[in-house]
Amino acid sequence: MRLGRGAKIALTAFATVVLAFIYVPILVVTLNSFNSDRTFGWPPPGFTTQWWSLALQAQGPRDALLVSVKAGLGATAIALVLGTLLALALSRYDFFGKHAISILVVLPIALPGIVTGIALQSVIQNLLTPVFGIGAGLFTIIVGHATFCIVLVFNNVTARLRRMGGSLEQASADLGARPFTTFRRVTFPLLRSSLLAGALLAFALSFDEIVVTTFTAGPDSQTLPIWIFNNLFRPNQAPVVNVVAVVLIIVSIVPVWLAQRLAGADAAESRL
Amino acid sequence: MAERTGPAGSGTPAIRLTSLRKEFAGTPPVVAVDDVDLDVRSGEFFSMLGPSGSGKTTVLRMIAGFEEPTSGHIELAGADVTKKQAFDRDVNTVFQDYALFPHMSVAENVEYGLLVKKVSRPERRTRVAEALEQVRLGDHGKRKPSQLSGGQRQRVALARALVNRPTVLLLDEPLGALDLKLREQMQVELKGIQRDVGITFLFVTHDQEEALTLSDRVAVFHAGRIEQVGTAREVYESPASAFVAGFVGTSNLLAGDAARAVIGREGSFAIRPEKLLIAPAGDTQRGDGLMGAEAVLEEVVYGGPVTRYVVALDAGARLTALEQNTGASQAAAHLRRGERVRIQWNPEHVIDVPESASR
Repeated sequence: MRLGRGAKIALTAFATVVLAFIYVPILVVTLNSFNSDRTFGWPPPGFTTQWWSLALQAQGPRDALLVSVKAGLGATAIALVLGTLLALALSRYDFFGKHAISILVVLPIALPGIVTGIALQSVIQNLLTPVFGIGAGLFTIIVGHATFCIVLVFNNVTARLRRMGGSLEQASADLGARPFTTFRRVTFPLLRSSLLAGALLAFALSFDEIVVTTFTAGPDSQTLPIWIFNNLFRPNQAPVVNVVAVVLIIVSIVPVWLAQRLAGADAAESRL
Repeated sequence: MAERTGPAGSGTPAIRLTSLRKEFAGTPPVVAVDDVDLDVRSGEFFSMLGPSGSGKTTVLRMIAGFEEPTSGHIELAGADVTKKQAFDRDVNTVFQDYALFPHMSVAENVEYGLLVKKVSRPERRTRVAEALEQVRLGDHGKRKPSQLSGGQRQRVALARALVNRPTVLLLDEPLGALDLKLREQMQVELKGIQRDVGITFLFVTHDQEEALTLSDRVAVFHAGRIEQVGTAREVYESPASAFVAGFVGTSNLLAGDAARAVIGREGSFAIRPEKLLIAPAGDTQRGDGLMGAEAVLEEVVYGGPVTRYVVALDAGARLTALEQNTGASQAAAHLRRGERVRIQWNPEHVIDVPESASR
């Protein structure tokens, strides 16, 4: 389709406005983390790294970062194992209730986080704590995040398995390999990049999650987003909040970018 | 029952299928393979020929162990393998889409079967080199499958299967994805390799010409059953049913009133197009011992080495005649559409075809 000159200019302008609307605020936050004015006067009167060194020394953000990383890694690990097994089961075998299960697996990402959060909180309060003695804390954050992180791994692996088809695994069996050997030598190597992509996305999602975390985090386990939220309205913390926000952006964007590159490189290779 | 075409005292068949049946779930269930009996002799190049959906691929997949039969038995070299898993059967498959492992090099692909069977490294190396040499890919071992052409991938798939020296090699339309020239070339190679290694080849195809050229014997499948088993010549020259006559080569079928008027008997009959002679009406010079019928020429299609004539018999049937363009003076060469012609044939070439193979 060919576009007229006027249409081209209009569309370019529109795209620019939309992208600017999304990214200018983020850019402002980033710039403000170097703004020497404590109240973010604009234009910035000067450049400073004092908020960065302040943030790096502050105990609160450091603890929160640690919790976030642990939660992200834990949730990703659970999602990898369960998501992969689910994808294999649903793509390669036929059984009763297959379609229901495939919907149930994907649903958590669509469910309102606040509902998931409230539901998990009531399980923690009414079942986990009284019966098993497990209180809200890192463990419950991990489990809460895993519910929707599974979806990302599951979707990535399912897409890959669908593209692979079943004939490679059949060829492996045909050549005398038992099911575990087939998994180790054929299925897993071909899934590896989709596992990595799924894991990176899962980690990124976990890392900036706040709604479900609000209900599953205990008083002693704050993740980075929760720490930001709690300190957002304390005027003397505002410069540090900016720094933490920038860190959060970077840690979230890099995995997504890597995952995209992996998916692209792989699509080229597996198209045999 | 289809006729047991077992070897006359020539040892155990490489494959024996007994009342093999496969139904796929559905309401009502779909019968893909309908009680098939078949013996494939050891060392034979055997083809299963039929249109898509005739059950030939399902039979192959059951022999490989990818599908479980609903009932019946599969024997390989005398041993019942019906209940065995694919990895426990001494057969190897060349897949239609080749199914080469994209993350392994060509040599690793070929080595795979030996590796998982724990063959020693030096022996693996020798046998892989041999197998690659056999398919003329000796210097392509280090490449990835994605760097090969379609014909080369096809040969890797063949080497990967043959290197294991299976009792039976199963080939599932292996040439289907290749273009015509390459396909003809691969047919010749395939036949040569089969002669060299002496392994039983079970070849699935819907291409009747391919089946006839390559095979020692052919089984013609139709609607989950075998209509006929025989050599290429038997299947072509004496088809056991109207379906076989129609599917293997082109056939002129005469039935009902037309058969009564032209052949002079009740029944259905087939005459191969190349067996029909065409001449201007009233020309009887080649008439010795031939049968004939008057007709109108409806279509003349010049096709290089041959010309195809479509004629409408006065008795009410449409026939196709194929004439070689030998260059010798042919009366037929000057025929025009709409002219009256005389069609002649040797009564020996009239084939009686029952509507369906008797079972």
